[in-house]
Amino acid sequence: MKVIVCVKQVPDTKGGVQFNPDGTLNRAAMLTIMNPDDKAGLEAALRLKDQYGAEVTVITMGLPKAEDVLREAMAMGADKGILVTDRVLGGADTWATSTTLAGAIRNLEYDLIITGRQAIDGDTAQVGPQIAEHLGLPVISYAEEIKIDGDSVVVKRQYEDRYHMVKAKMPALITALSELNDPRYMTPGGIFDALDAEITTWGRANLVDVDDSNLGLKGSPTKIAKASDKVRKGSGEKVNLDAEESVAYLVGKLKDKHIV
Amino acid sequence: MNFGLEKKYEMAQTLFREFAENEVKPLAQEVDETEKFPRETVDKMAKYGFLGIPIPKEYGGQGCDPLTYVMCVEELSKVCGTTGVIVSAHTSLCADPIQTYGTEEQKQKYLVPLAKGEKLGAFGLTEPGAGTDAQGQQTKAVLDGDEWVLNGSKCFITNGKEADIYIVIAVTGTVEKRGKKMKEISAFIVEKGTPGFTFGTKENKMGIRGSSTYELIFQDCRIPKDNLLGQKGKGFNIAMHTLDGGRIGIAAQALGLAEGALERTIAYVKERKQFGRSIAQFQNTQFQLADMATKVEAAKLLVYKAAMAKAQYQKDGKTSYSVEAAMAKLAAAEIAMEVTTKAVQLHGGYGYIREYDVERMMRDAKITEIYEGTSEVQRMVISANILK
Repeated sequence: MKVIVCVKQVPDTKGGVQFNPDGTLNRAAMLTIMNPDDKAGLEAALRLKDQYGAEVTVITMGLPKAEDVLREAMAMGADKGILVTDRVLGGADTWATSTTLAGAIRNLEYDLIITGRQAIDGDTAQVGPQIAEHLGLPVISYAEEIKIDGDSVVVKRQYEDRYHMVKAKMPALITALSELNDPRYMTPGGIFDALDAEITTWGRANLVDVDDSNLGLKGSPTKIAKASDKVRKGSGEKVNLDAEESVAYLVGKLKDKHIV
Repeated sequence: MNFGLEKKYEMAQTLFREFAENEVKPLAQEVDETEKFPRETVDKMAKYGFLGIPIPKEYGGQGCDPLTYVMCVEELSKVCGTTGVIVSAHTSLCADPIQTYGTEEQKQKYLVPLAKGEKLGAFGLTEPGAGTDAQGQQTKAVLDGDEWVLNGSKCFITNGKEADIYIVIAVTGTVEKRGKKMKEISAFIVEKGTPGFTFGTKENKMGIRGSSTYELIFQDCRIPKDNLLGQKGKGFNIAMHTLDGGRIGIAAQALGLAEGALERTIAYVKERKQFGRSIAQFQNTQFQLADMATKVEAAKLLVYKAAMAKAQYQKDGKTSYSVEAAMAKLAAAEIAMEVTTKAVQLHGGYGYIREYDVERMMRDAKITEIYEGTSEVQRMVISANILK
């Protein structure tokens, strides 16, 4: 069984988000980490390796420095790392990114592709499903649990107030939530091996079946007007009423808002 | 000469730091208060290879080096001195002598499970009448057919009751050296559960309270003849060589305690307000912190240098690291005591309260000036080398 995991190196937003004067993210001023949803996807793949002996390949698109997340993934137990990097790929939005990753993945054999649901620096949740679309694969998003059943994958898919059990024939693409699992730590020996391991580096020339018009900044239809940090919700309104009065109060509010 | 860290050490440091913050720090206070041996943490460390860091892969280890191991003990000790010494005693005092002096059979039987963390190790040299003076040993081992028969006791043994495999030093006869009769000392590997091997009192300690410190008692304890470690009569050399390595581990523990106390103090002085401003704005605080940080950095360089000297020894089998280890331990231990004491002072009354980590760190630091060779012994080792 072969599993590909797409990972992204993202700024660590734990210590707050820094912006450039033009409103774009100041990536240089922030430490980088492996995107949390992707890390959960990697852990899911590593569990398939533990259980079924799956071969796990991690792939990322980014600056040469993005190699760090591949080495981290390999220090956790991934078998191979592929870095897709090229100046012409810079400035990519979700469309150009998914086109690039799909073009790279066309070189590989796989049964499953796992991506994170979304990256903490963009919060779009589009790249995973778009890769599936480019490659003509079934996609199951928001995976909370992944099981293999013969030539199919069975996924518990998170929904707002319930979950769905979804079965798809492999090859398929799954997008993982960070709630899926607690990712394992690296091991000291894994780190030493990962630093000695070869990382495959691919550029534009290695992408299969992609058109230049769909790559990089030029191939990105998204135009960002303004980026901002998450807006905190207010503390809400507190009322202190007995049960009957509370019901009446709530119904009144819902009517005011034309909800009921 | 380059003082920067290579990428692999940076990554290892990140790993140990994250593990220490997430898995060790939340338990540190409870471990201290209740003298609870942190078994769950030991199991987790085993899972991630922390109990076999410098041991070659062919023996189940991680195939890293002494510097990586030192960083692990350092980061663990930043948040919990107990957890730091568990790893240090296991690795330096039990796995290392088996790796260095063991036969292939002994390595397969004992080193592999130690490196994988399936078994925990300990080391028994100290006796009630033999600490710094190792010649004062009373524990005896007598060969009887195919077995050694051990009688005697060892005290203050780290990982005492929790370990599975013990290196035990014992007297196996007398030899004449320069016309003087001396005790012949040998080293042995003893497994927990061997009939005649029991535990005495648990020590109620000032610091590192979660580490299991026990007396080991041997009463007609019979172990296989093959469990002699190294040559008969070479036990003193084995013990001294083992302690050279152990001192680097303890130096790393001391370094971690000093760094941990400094980090907490920096955070505290920024928050604590007196006379309308944070105490970080007072020059006394600033100068104290400057001295603490400078000493911590000096200790770190000595500890890392000793680890690298040991790595060189592992490559060429010649380089001595005895003096480097003694200097690292002497400096790091005394700096740990000084820095943790100043950390308590800068915390004022709160520093004397159990809820604040620096109180525990000051108690933990004291032992680093005593075990695995007191500071006085380190001065003897260093001066003997200077004056030879």
